[in-house]
Amino acid sequence: MLDTQQDGYVTADGRQIGGVVMELKNITLRFGGVVAIKDISFDIRQGEIRAIIGPNGAGKSSMLNVISGFYNPQDGDLIYKGQKRPQMRPYQVSRMGIARTFQNIALFEGMSVLDNIMTGRMHHMKSGFLSQALWWGSAAKEDAVNREAVEKVIDFLEIQAIRKTPVARLPYGLKKRVELARALAAEPQILLLDEPMAGMNVEEKEDMSRFILDVNDEFGTTTVLIEHDMGVVMDLSDRVVVMDYGKKIGDGTPEEVMNNQDVIDAYLGVSHD
Amino acid sequence: MTSNATQGAPQSVPALLARNAGQFAHETAYREKEFGIWQSWTWAQVAEEVNAMAMGFLALGMERGDYVAIIGRNRPALYWSMVAAQSVGAIPVPLYQDAVAEEMTYVLDHCGARFAICGDQEQVDKVIEVQESVHCIEQILYLDKRGMRKYDHTSMNWLMDVQAEGRAGHSRFEAELAKRTAELTYDSTCVMLYTSGTTGKPKGVVMSNRNIVEAAKASSEFDHLRQSEEILAYLPMAWVGDFIFAVGQAYWAGFCVNCPESAATMLTDLREIGPTYYFAPPRVFETMLTTVMIRMEDASATKKKMFDKYMAHARKVGADILDGKPVSGSDRLKYRIGEMLVYGPLKNTLGLSRIRVAYTAGEAIGPEIFEFYRSIGINLKQLYGQTEASVFITQQPDGEVRSDTVGVPSPGVEVRIGENGEVYYRSPGTFVEYYKNPESTASTKDAEGWVATGDAGFFEEGTGHLRIIDRAKDVGKMADGSLFAPKYVENKLKFFPSILEAVVFGNGRNRCVAFINIDLTAVGNWAERNNIAYSGYQELAGHPQVLDMIQKHVEEVNQSVAQDKILSGCQVHRFLILHKELDADDGEMTRTRKVRRRIVEEKFADLIAGLYDGAATVHTETEVTYEDGRKGALKATLELRDANVFDTSAARAAAE
Repeated sequence: MLDTQQDGYVTADGRQIGGVVMELKNITLRFGGVVAIKDISFDIRQGEIRAIIGPNGAGKSSMLNVISGFYNPQDGDLIYKGQKRPQMRPYQVSRMGIARTFQNIALFEGMSVLDNIMTGRMHHMKSGFLSQALWWGSAAKEDAVNREAVEKVIDFLEIQAIRKTPVARLPYGLKKRVELARALAAEPQILLLDEPMAGMNVEEKEDMSRFILDVNDEFGTTTVLIEHDMGVVMDLSDRVVVMDYGKKIGDGTPEEVMNNQDVIDAYLGVSHD
Repeated sequence: MTSNATQGAPQSVPALLARNAGQFAHETAYREKEFGIWQSWTWAQVAEEVNAMAMGFLALGMERGDYVAIIGRNRPALYWSMVAAQSVGAIPVPLYQDAVAEEMTYVLDHCGARFAICGDQEQVDKVIEVQESVHCIEQILYLDKRGMRKYDHTSMNWLMDVQAEGRAGHSRFEAELAKRTAELTYDSTCVMLYTSGTTGKPKGVVMSNRNIVEAAKASSEFDHLRQSEEILAYLPMAWVGDFIFAVGQAYWAGFCVNCPESAATMLTDLREIGPTYYFAPPRVFETMLTTVMIRMEDASATKKKMFDKYMAHARKVGADILDGKPVSGSDRLKYRIGEMLVYGPLKNTLGLSRIRVAYTAGEAIGPEIFEFYRSIGINLKQLYGQTEASVFITQQPDGEVRSDTVGVPSPGVEVRIGENGEVYYRSPGTFVEYYKNPESTASTKDAEGWVATGDAGFFEEGTGHLRIIDRAKDVGKMADGSLFAPKYVENKLKFFPSILEAVVFGNGRNRCVAFINIDLTAVGNWAERNNIAYSGYQELAGHPQVLDMIQKHVEEVNQSVAQDKILSGCQVHRFLILHKELDADDGEMTRTRKVRRRIVEEKFADLIAGLYDGAATVHTETEVTYEDGRKGALKATLELRDANVFDTSAARAAAE
């Protein structure tokens, strides 16, 4: 199925998957004496939905935080678009086209949905402090452009009815959707989703799955997601990385991973000695 | 204007469009909220859009007499596609967008639609499903591009691409389009609308340009509709009312049609637009009032006191002030203050500040709900109509508005009452025929053009206002020979905010029983305030305290029914609260939310039997259909309750 590193392939449902856009090589992340990630390597291809799964404490979120630049690994290289990425602050990573959502919703509760999503456009605002403060010159023009982009996201995720609602008043499932909207507003090349479906009911999960597929389908956004719901992961993703105790124990298509004995052991539980 | 110029007034919708494009070129014709902003089009722009679309249809090979199905929510481009289809001599057939594929199959097959214009991917999917069994559809057009990229486009087009093609090929198609539009006369078919059909299969009602244009003209004059009116188009496009208001009257008077952003934003959009002319079924007014009342319950004590005080005053004099009846100066002053403090802000919140004329129809509206809106100065009126009449049969003139009548015959409409009490009418708006169904046409419309409405009613002595009792076929006799009119009792029950739907049985029996559906919003809020925990409709419906409350309502209704000398036999002896909400997806209601009595009777036969044989509880299992078409079973044990009935002989004696 994976023919070459450079070319790509077409999935069964007709999506074009490109070459490798990000490669993680021998990543090791330590917090003092605790080794959160131990020598992990895998790659992410252009346009694919890549899942990271594993039991609690396996190091999934740490892995995502490495990609988003929140943690800097002690060892290993992160190669993005063919170049080794130096140590970066999260905002710098974000400017490179990587957006994320959080496991615990991290929205501005007091602000409206619209304003929250507008914050996702931060990197597209170039006008200076003075212009913004005085609302004069480029600031006003830029705002219109950004608002349009935000409105397209609102339309896409079907949240027109809550545009002006303060986030604090929204139910959990909708907050998750607003968070996705904010990430999308940044027009990312790689979208990182940390447990987008945690705590949702079946209907909300179905909606969210639909949106993730639609985003990938419409905009060709490369998506990396962490998820616990195995049904969702197996249905959505093109390839899956399985982690356990900071190590990679499986990598491949959902079918391959599901038949992997190590993965089965990790999930069903055998004694680790 | 085209060839119609010689005959005076325009005689088709495309001709009206041409007139408006000249006369009101720079006035706004359509608005739609998209990407958070109201986008607008002037009449001149609309004419250009429609012409381009019509030429695109010619490029696709649309022929005279082709049927064009239109399925989607209210959007300007879909309205234009109807007029564009008319311009090339085809017949638009708007369908209910929430219909499941099965229902669509019948209609699309029956009219033999060659083209299907869909609002979005969801509708396209349904049409594709229909195509497995129905082979008449040659081209699918869609409006919303989302999710459509991977579909096989060999016989599928984006509506805007078709329009662009029409623009590109205008030199080829202009002459042909002008020729086809000029061929339209007063007698050519304007539109075909399928009736929702409370019984049996839907029927295609063929309406001529004469029907639509005359009905629009007469009703516009009746209410002095002007070019400056604003309406919100949010009711299903397949419903005759929407066609009359958003196409007929809008094109006749040249006013602006506003389309909401999505169904969920309707109330916000209503508030932003502030329509001057508004139509809503009673259910919408009920929901609005329920929301207001729920919010007032949660308001601060001062606000609530102010609200209660001024609403009491409004109930006393508001309707009289609206009707221009004499009211004392001090009452007027107090009303004026109320307007400033309560009514004005309330109307503004509801988006009804600018209403000049509002109508409700389709079902009886609760007198209290009706009075509420009138008392705060909203000119809410009732009309009585049907698809076959191009809506208007009777309507209430300003100043003669009451909740229990449906008004006087509309201009140009003759109404008579048959020997069996059935209402008959004849008007220029009377439909041409039922498509491919001469038997039904003959049984509904006689040689002289009188149409049987199927409703039983009478003219009130003195005022000349029509009162409708019930569907003629539902009016029956009890075992003791007294009159049985279920709707009369059901309406009284439904006027309680906690009762959403009621179905009364008793034809040919010795006493009446009822099924009740509670209103989840109202009862849910009540439950919250009374610390009653519940997980969903079914649990709440079975709660003993809810049953107690409903029992009280039923008994109140019985008391009021007992006062009526003719219908006192219709008191509800036993009732139950259904374990599921009646739903169109399960076939229990029509898409316009009218109960299909026969189907409910068959489906819940075990429950009816239980009500009559005196059982205290009944265990039942019901099949339900989910929105995506899957089926499931719902199991429940229902508690059956007895309700007190009141002595009718006393009422009769009092009446005598």
